[in-house]
Amino acid sequence: MASHGIKDKVAIVAMGCTPFREHWDKGTDDLLRDAFDETLTTSGIAKDDIDAYWLGTAQSGMSGITAAAPLGLDNKPVTRVENYCASGSEALRQAAYAVASGAYDVAMAIGVEKVKDSGYQGLNAFPIPNDGTNRTLTAAAMFSLVAPAYAERYGVDGDVLKKVLARIAWKNHYNGARNPRAQFRKEVDIDTICNAVPVAGRLGVFDCAGVADGSAAAIVVRAEDAHRFTDKPLFIKALSFVAGNGSPLGDQGYDYTTFPEVARCAADAYAQAGVTDPRHQIAMAEVHDCFTPTELVLMEDLGFSGRGEAWKDIEAGVFDLHGELPVNPDGGLKSFGHPVGASGLRMHFENWLQLRGEAPEDRQIALDPSRPYGLVHNLGGYPGEMVSFVSILGTEPG
Amino acid sequence: MSESGTPGASGPVGIVGYGAYVPWWRLQRSAIGAAHGGSAGKGTRSVASYNQDTTAMAVEAARNALRPLGDGARAVIGQVLFATTAPSYADKTNATTVHAALRLDRDAAAFDLNGAVRSGAGALALALGPAAAGTTSLVAVADQRTGLPNSADEREGGDAAAALLVGPDTPGRPLLAELIGRASVSEEFVDRWRVPGDARSRQWEERFGETRYGPLGAEAAKAALEAAGLGAEGVHTVVVAGPHARAVKQVGGKVSAGTVHGLADDLSATVGNAGAAQLALVLAAVLDAAEPGQVILALSLADGADAFVFRATDAIAAHQPSPSVAAQIAAGNADPGLPYLKFLSWTGQATVQPPNRPEPARVSASAAARNEEWKYGLVRDHEALAEASGTIVTFTVDRLAYSPSPPVVFAVVDFDEGGRMPVELTDVDAAAVAIGQRVAMTFRRLNQSDGIQNYFWKATPIR
Repeated sequence: MASHGIKDKVAIVAMGCTPFREHWDKGTDDLLRDAFDETLTTSGIAKDDIDAYWLGTAQSGMSGITAAAPLGLDNKPVTRVENYCASGSEALRQAAYAVASGAYDVAMAIGVEKVKDSGYQGLNAFPIPNDGTNRTLTAAAMFSLVAPAYAERYGVDGDVLKKVLARIAWKNHYNGARNPRAQFRKEVDIDTICNAVPVAGRLGVFDCAGVADGSAAAIVVRAEDAHRFTDKPLFIKALSFVAGNGSPLGDQGYDYTTFPEVARCAADAYAQAGVTDPRHQIAMAEVHDCFTPTELVLMEDLGFSGRGEAWKDIEAGVFDLHGELPVNPDGGLKSFGHPVGASGLRMHFENWLQLRGEAPEDRQIALDPSRPYGLVHNLGGYPGEMVSFVSILGTEPG
Repeated sequence: MSESGTPGASGPVGIVGYGAYVPWWRLQRSAIGAAHGGSAGKGTRSVASYNQDTTAMAVEAARNALRPLGDGARAVIGQVLFATTAPSYADKTNATTVHAALRLDRDAAAFDLNGAVRSGAGALALALGPAAAGTTSLVAVADQRTGLPNSADEREGGDAAAALLVGPDTPGRPLLAELIGRASVSEEFVDRWRVPGDARSRQWEERFGETRYGPLGAEAAKAALEAAGLGAEGVHTVVVAGPHARAVKQVGGKVSAGTVHGLADDLSATVGNAGAAQLALVLAAVLDAAEPGQVILALSLADGADAFVFRATDAIAAHQPSPSVAAQIAAGNADPGLPYLKFLSWTGQATVQPPNRPEPARVSASAAARNEEWKYGLVRDHEALAEASGTIVTFTVDRLAYSPSPPVVFAVVDFDEGGRMPVELTDVDAAAVAIGQRVAMTFRRLNQSDGIQNYFWKATPIR
């Protein structure tokens, strides 16, 4: 019993990503078609070449027909997958395993979410009939528990930490301002972030990811076939996933300064890829910055910073666009908003651009052969009750 | 103290345990006056939290009644009699919710006596026969008194609950107060009435009721004292309760004449008139201070008159209320008290803008039934947490989440005996919550959807 991974067995050979917006004029069908068309157009791959599909959506549609109908697929296998806010990444994971198994030659992972048709602020989960005893807090409130716990554990003054968190939002907005696909394309200064209207705990509106509609897609093939489709494939080094069992919620030892599911998921991914020193081997990371304290803790759970050290690294600019290890160079959820089923694939799209040297000049990171890997981290749920996805990608096999 | 009776042998019966519940919230009567440009008198009235109904308050009162008797007391309850003028359900029994929240034995019956103020005294009266036959009843009475804005009912009403364990005297569970006399008189006349569903009740010209209740009260009190073989001088304290304020005052003056202490404090300065729960609430307050041998005449004036004469036993000397009525009154949030507009919104008389979030879906009846132990009894992994106390480890204030009264204050609570629960806090000032604060669990109505009441537990600061 072990997680063997599929290192270098599968490669991404095409990707597309719509602008993430409040797309009042586009529905789920339109968004899927936009991402699908871009993926085919930019790669020259024909619709008929794709053997099977995995559709990630949390609640914009049920069944594979949600994609098969608008894309006009001709009796293809289409599987709808849902895994909270990691649904898009989960679609990629399933598509990659399908081609790795030999069941199909070419598979597409496509993610979509039409969030802005709900008529309510924020993300709202579709209610599953229940006994009425579940928590009904917003995600913002659940993640707001992290900041005071972190301040307490590591002796960081609450006001100092507030500024550190603001710097995360500032960085991601800085990066998003340089990304035409991002929803928010303005830089926001630290004072504005710190003084924003409170939402939950000490989190203000600028500590929270936005809400947007969007879609993104990837085509995967077996690694040996990759060069038939593109000169610059992106090899999958690791795909890991952990679904927590909720036990930290009832555990007096859990202190809300770490996400155990993420730490386990990252360790598995690093083992699959052979990464031993993430801080110095990873070129860039797209991580799930749903709220600023989330990104803070992720830096430690992903092994980029030591325990209790991330706040200092953030202050020092380690994760800035041109810092030592750029995190969310595309602007992250902060700038993009979070169309749940699409976000994971959007994160992979930034790796697709950056690692292959195709990001726009004003946000292209420096590529260094000693840092051959890109990383995607995507989570769903709340502190103590979470699903976590990590992938590791690289342009060279081996 | 009486000799220990044998269940089923018509030995002495009476009150084996009792408890009251006064909600934390208070409305200053001056706030009502200020809002309407006039005077609404002095003092406060108690107000059920937005997440409490009569059922939830009855549960709290019953927990307070059972707590001093130890966990085994639950097993002696043979039936639950729940009375209120303001039930959350019609058709469906509310007493079964009380039964479930208290984790009573499956073979304990649960009945409602709902609608009339007199049901409060009625539930007590109906428990006496079974007591003589050996069955202990939990008489749980609760009421929410509202009335239209600027009405006397709004000013002088109060929300509260009380619970009496009524049963035989047994060696393990001695009577705290023995019933030594009792009488009822009934008469049909329309003094106060409410059309089911109406927010207010209506009253005939005050003088009319006063002329009816005067003789009724005197007759019932006389008959009950005769049954007890006592005259006024043998009575220590008199409790008179009823919805007709002037009648209560007039009758109270007459029947308390010549008694040792006279009339009990009716709690009108702090709680208000708790309707169907008033008699048992004031009786509980009197029992809190009663000494062995003291005789209490409790008289209800509602559509007739019901009189009960109790004599405190020796056992009451060792009885520790948990908490007492006086302690709950003292702990109330009287200053500054609940803003008047918040009171109106909680009682459904003012509609305020909700957060722009979806309202909760209705509870699944089948899921709730499967999870009855957890949802109603707060039992997790065979561990009953309802009486556990804990400490706030961390907390947050959610300004976006749906709540009938935002913001939601939410905490991670570690129980003293182990285990942790992320849980909503209630009856708190969001600005005053702190890590390390001590909390206890309280049974609440979280919300309602499609008419289904969603009951579950929250945590509240120990005061």
